[in-house]
Amino acid sequence: MTVTDTPPRARIGRFMAANPLVPLILLLIALLGLLEAMNPGIINRLWLANAIKIAIPLAMLAACQTLTMLTGGIDLSAGTAATIAAYVTATLSPLIGVPAAVAVAVACAALIGLVNGFGVAICRVHPLIMTLGTGLIATGCLLVYQRFVISTGTHIPDFLVWLGTGRTVGLPNGLVLFIPFAVLLIWGQRRTGFGRLLYALGSNENAARLSGVRGWQVYLSLYSLSGIIAGITGLLYLGLVKTPSLSLALPLDLPSVAAAVVGGTSIFGGRGGYAGTIVGALILTVLTTMLTLLHMPEGARRILFGLIILAVTALYIRLTDRT
Amino acid sequence: MIEPQETPVLDAKGVSKSFGAVLALRDASLRVRKGEIVALMGANGAGKSTFVKILTGVLRPDTGHVRIKGRDSQVGSPAEARRSGVVPVYQEPSLIPDLDVADNLRLGNTRAEPFRHWVAELGIPDLRMDDMIGRLPLATLRILDLARALAAEPDVLLLDEMTAALPTDLVERVLRVIRQQADAGRSVIYISHRFTEIAALCDNATVLRDGVTVGSVPIAPGIEERIVEMMLGADLSHTNAAPLSVKSRPSDLPRLRLRGIGAGPRLTDVSFDLHKGEVLGVVALEGQGQDELFDVLAGNLRATAGTVEIDGRPASFRHPADAIVAGLTFVPGNRSQALLMPRSVRENIALPLVAELRKWGIISKRDEDARVSAAIERLQIDTRAQGEVRRLSGGNQQKVTIARWVAKGVQTLLLFDPTRGIDIRTKRQIYTLVRDLANKGAAVLFYTSELAEVRLACDRAVVIFNGRVVAMVEAADADEPTLLRAAYGLTEKAPV
Repeated sequence: MTVTDTPPRARIGRFMAANPLVPLILLLIALLGLLEAMNPGIINRLWLANAIKIAIPLAMLAACQTLTMLTGGIDLSAGTAATIAAYVTATLSPLIGVPAAVAVAVACAALIGLVNGFGVAICRVHPLIMTLGTGLIATGCLLVYQRFVISTGTHIPDFLVWLGTGRTVGLPNGLVLFIPFAVLLIWGQRRTGFGRLLYALGSNENAARLSGVRGWQVYLSLYSLSGIIAGITGLLYLGLVKTPSLSLALPLDLPSVAAAVVGGTSIFGGRGGYAGTIVGALILTVLTTMLTLLHMPEGARRILFGLIILAVTALYIRLTDRT
Repeated sequence: MIEPQETPVLDAKGVSKSFGAVLALRDASLRVRKGEIVALMGANGAGKSTFVKILTGVLRPDTGHVRIKGRDSQVGSPAEARRSGVVPVYQEPSLIPDLDVADNLRLGNTRAEPFRHWVAELGIPDLRMDDMIGRLPLATLRILDLARALAAEPDVLLLDEMTAALPTDLVERVLRVIRQQADAGRSVIYISHRFTEIAALCDNATVLRDGVTVGSVPIAPGIEERIVEMMLGADLSHTNAAPLSVKSRPSDLPRLRLRGIGAGPRLTDVSFDLHKGEVLGVVALEGQGQDELFDVLAGNLRATAGTVEIDGRPASFRHPADAIVAGLTFVPGNRSQALLMPRSVRENIALPLVAELRKWGIISKRDEDARVSAAIERLQIDTRAQGEVRRLSGGNQQKVTIARWVAKGVQTLLLFDPTRGIDIRTKRQIYTLVRDLANKGAAVLFYTSELAEVRLACDRAVVIFNGRVVAMVEAADADEPTLLRAAYGLTEKAPV
């Protein structure tokens, strides 16, 4: 990929700018190559299936970040909403049955999103503050709930275990949920009015307003949708981890932001998309595996992880931003 | 009363300044003697504001010099200009809103005693030093700015539209104080659109045109005409191109009827009718309330007085979406306000099509393609620079802002200075398009800062001065001198 004279480099730059996914996929392939070089034979069908299985909840939670970031926002309560949905499902299933428990769980997550939307859209609170606040409040509510719910034991619905950990012909069953989800999102962000408005609000809120867009409607719907997606992610993650806890999906919160940013979605809004986020989530998953294989102390591993994310993001912006 | 050979207090000569390829000032000069009040005048784009910035040290001139009290002052910063004795009061208040009055004075090293004296003298007796600036009305802020400048005991006071946004009683006090200052030996550079004030207050007028000082005349009765001529220049005959079309207006119900519209301190009382098939020009000097008028009609600002009727039905808008539903679509003066710069031409044009809640679903590709390509073709937008709108030229960007409403369907189009800063060919295309839309039944309101455009694009023009309509001019009579005289409030006629 070394180019000596400028015209080909400019051409590559233009190509990258027009196809922002290409450098991401190249990076992913390079990382896989590196991993294989470090530990020959590691990449086989089983490993791939496992990596995809782990990447799916991350990619789904990163959908919350991608969608809100397109408008220049963020959803820091997504991890909490996912955790609550998982915990409620596990504890209510023995009491009221699986379908009702799942419905209540997703409704709780949706409520968190609705409150976020209300704060951002009506009260004009900055999304960072608003979602941080509701995340903390919801965590508190979960603690209260935990003390009041009579410990009748937990039950993890079978279909969630099947979805979270099962494999069919070598492929993780999670794809049954994830592939339609991803297709819907990638298609919807471009080809529905709602998707267009996310980009419009993130590019220039005032211009959108002058074109007749009522921003509050979009923000309210967006954050509610984000809550629902987080709730569904929580269910899937419950099936993967199989032990409900009060901090189940919280460790995914910041990686989900990182996946969206590495995937090329601008935190200032207006640019990016879900396809990049999926690749971003895969890159983060491969990176985590690599760093685990290095047998480093936890501290050094985290420092390296942070540095790599910064480097990848900086490089990616240089490659694709041609102004 | 002043010896002519005396050294002027301020003497600027041969000043030029360019920004990139744009030559804002070519050869500007200004002389102010001790105790003299000089009006600095010029039409839009004459270079007035650049010149003011150079005089007050905000900008450095490329060539020429500014001498203050005979000393060659390479004015390098506003602070230096202040020390040398030139103290400005700008149109926009320069006080910090989140601090109280006393803190603002401390920041500017203003002594409180003289400041208090001037505030009382200028007619604000009940000011408290711990009032937060952000909570005071605009008129008070301007008085505070002036009092602060006076407290600095300047040699030259530079006042930019000092009386704009002031109620009449305050205007009288301000003018009296300025006169007293001059009698006490201070000099004043007075910038204003109001000829009556200039006639009452000033000793001389210096006129800028196209970045050149074209002359300086003593103020005497009847001098207004001479000043207008100087501002316009002699080569007016060239711009008297044949008007595109002047058609008789239908006498039926007007599409848009405004009665007594007021909003904010600048827009006080505007009434006119706009008919289907008509292009109505709006002519006004800067800051006469036209911005607020368009914002009110676009649903971007609530009117505080008056009524709007659309096809005979009263209308009021809480949001631009309401105005759009009522058929009023707005192209703002600042393109960056209207465009999604990082998005494609298509998404920019199609934006209003998906704005409403019931259009949030699947976009019909066929319908969108048809509308977008028809609009692109109609406006002849150069889409060779495919992709992001920010890569288009200014003219093409402007076309995109209009194409958006063409794609949506135009009933009443509100254009705010749509041809500012774009090339002549694009301008012509826009005139043609506007006429074409009108011929197909649209009503168009067309504010322009270029007076010559009224004849080229409009059927008639309403002239706004000081927040109210001062004249209604038919396109055939809308030559530049007529419009400029009206815009300066020199031909107060009964509003139509």
